[in-house]
Amino acid sequence: MKNLAFIILNFSLYPLDIFMSQPDLIIHDEKDNVGVVVIETTKKGQDCSAWIMENDKTVKVPSTNDVPLGHKIALKDLKVGDTIFKYGHDIGKVVKEIKKGEHVHVHNVKTKKW
Amino acid sequence: MEIPKSFLGYKRENGRAGTRNHVIILPVDDISNACAEAVANNIKGTIALPHSYGRLQFGADLELHFRTMIGTGKNPNVAAVIVIGIEPKWTKKIVDAIAETGKPVEGFHIERSGDIETIMKASKKAQEFSMWASEKQREECPLSDLWISVKCGESDTTSGLAANPTVGNLMDKLEPLGVHLCFGETSELTGAEKVCATRGATKEASDKFMKTWSAYNDFILKEATDDLSESQPTAGNIAGGLTTIEEKAFGNFQKIGTRKFVDVLEPAEEPKKGKGLYFMDTSSAAAECVTLQAAAGFNIHLFPTGQGNIIGNPIEPVIKLTANPLTVKTMKEHIDCDVSKLLSREMNMSQAGDELIKSMLRVANGRLTCAEALGHREFVMTKLYRSA
Repeated sequence: MKNLAFIILNFSLYPLDIFMSQPDLIIHDEKDNVGVVVIETTKKGQDCSAWIMENDKTVKVPSTNDVPLGHKIALKDLKVGDTIFKYGHDIGKVVKEIKKGEHVHVHNVKTKKW
Repeated sequence: MEIPKSFLGYKRENGRAGTRNHVIILPVDDISNACAEAVANNIKGTIALPHSYGRLQFGADLELHFRTMIGTGKNPNVAAVIVIGIEPKWTKKIVDAIAETGKPVEGFHIERSGDIETIMKASKKAQEFSMWASEKQREECPLSDLWISVKCGESDTTSGLAANPTVGNLMDKLEPLGVHLCFGETSELTGAEKVCATRGATKEASDKFMKTWSAYNDFILKEATDDLSESQPTAGNIAGGLTTIEEKAFGNFQKIGTRKFVDVLEPAEEPKKGKGLYFMDTSSAAAECVTLQAAAGFNIHLFPTGQGNIIGNPIEPVIKLTANPLTVKTMKEHIDCDVSKLLSREMNMSQAGDELIKSMLRVANGRLTCAEALGHREFVMTKLYRSA
């Protein structure tokens, strides 16, 4: 009990930010169907914690592959022709079926421009 | 953080202020580079700005050449200018336009004198200018004397997540204090162009932006052989996780924060509508873009990078920031401001913006940027089409 009081006291001394654990993925917008890896690499089968910047929620997302820093992971199943949303905006189209948790990049997504 | 109200700059004759005090040797054309470099080699405290063009250009391309030459000379980071060209007429045209600022400027032409005599005459004048400029002191200048240009490069997804929004945060904090701001990269807004157009402060500015973007996009579609693969996005962008031009564009666009642009500028055009944010029609190649922004009078540059672009400019200090922890680790000597803690959430966006403001003010006050210390002086003219 004494310990608990100490911990609570200590918590109140620090800004809340310090206790936010480091996310594995960051998602810009609630509307997005991809998240960005922000650790050096995810591991195959890892249950990643993903922070949504827009609403400050944290969700869990599986990583099917080893995905390096800066690369994207699908937050849901996507079929050919679907639109990829990031920043809440259209950033391209799916050209090869993608399962939730899979690496999303040039091998399965293409621009709608050029 | 309380934002300082002033910085230490060099006050110029025309009322502008510089963050640097360069004496430049400016060749009008490619064949005058040797002369300009010889003068800069002779006289300490001067720098030559060699480049590849200036002969047989015509029309809008020639106008842009002159605008870039003249604007570079007029930039407040430049104390005095020696102009060297092959022929007298174009040399004089540049000298006369730079002289309007009131700063010391002198022109030399090589025809009928040859390199050696020109080098001798120009070196004597350059020595005079260099010693005169060396006595200039930094004085307190209001923050509104900062003209801040921005451009990102070797971007990856960390740029759009963190480094670019850090620049946006700085813009949101400094625009109300009366600074001039400039972003460009017309082609790299492709995919986000309609959203960007909504940021025009007036309907006129929005329409002008869409017209400018469409013209650039038409040009790309006309010249593109396939899908621009490895150009937009570049191989470096793709390695860093960026998949499409649209994704790159929305990341790029984070640099302007919540600001609205007051006008759309031609390449190297000086802003004329007072303080605030401007969009400039530029290529997305780093050195070309920064050269144009410096020629428009911008005196300090913020350059967010993901994978680690190393660019510098001879007259406008280029401050690099990154949020990519691998870039911080592997390319430390190129990074002026590390905001990688944004990704681990050990730092919030406002704190990152404050860090960038602090880094920028140190550089404005005289601290060398990484690019300056490493000798990066990329001066690259934009050429619109073939010469006649």
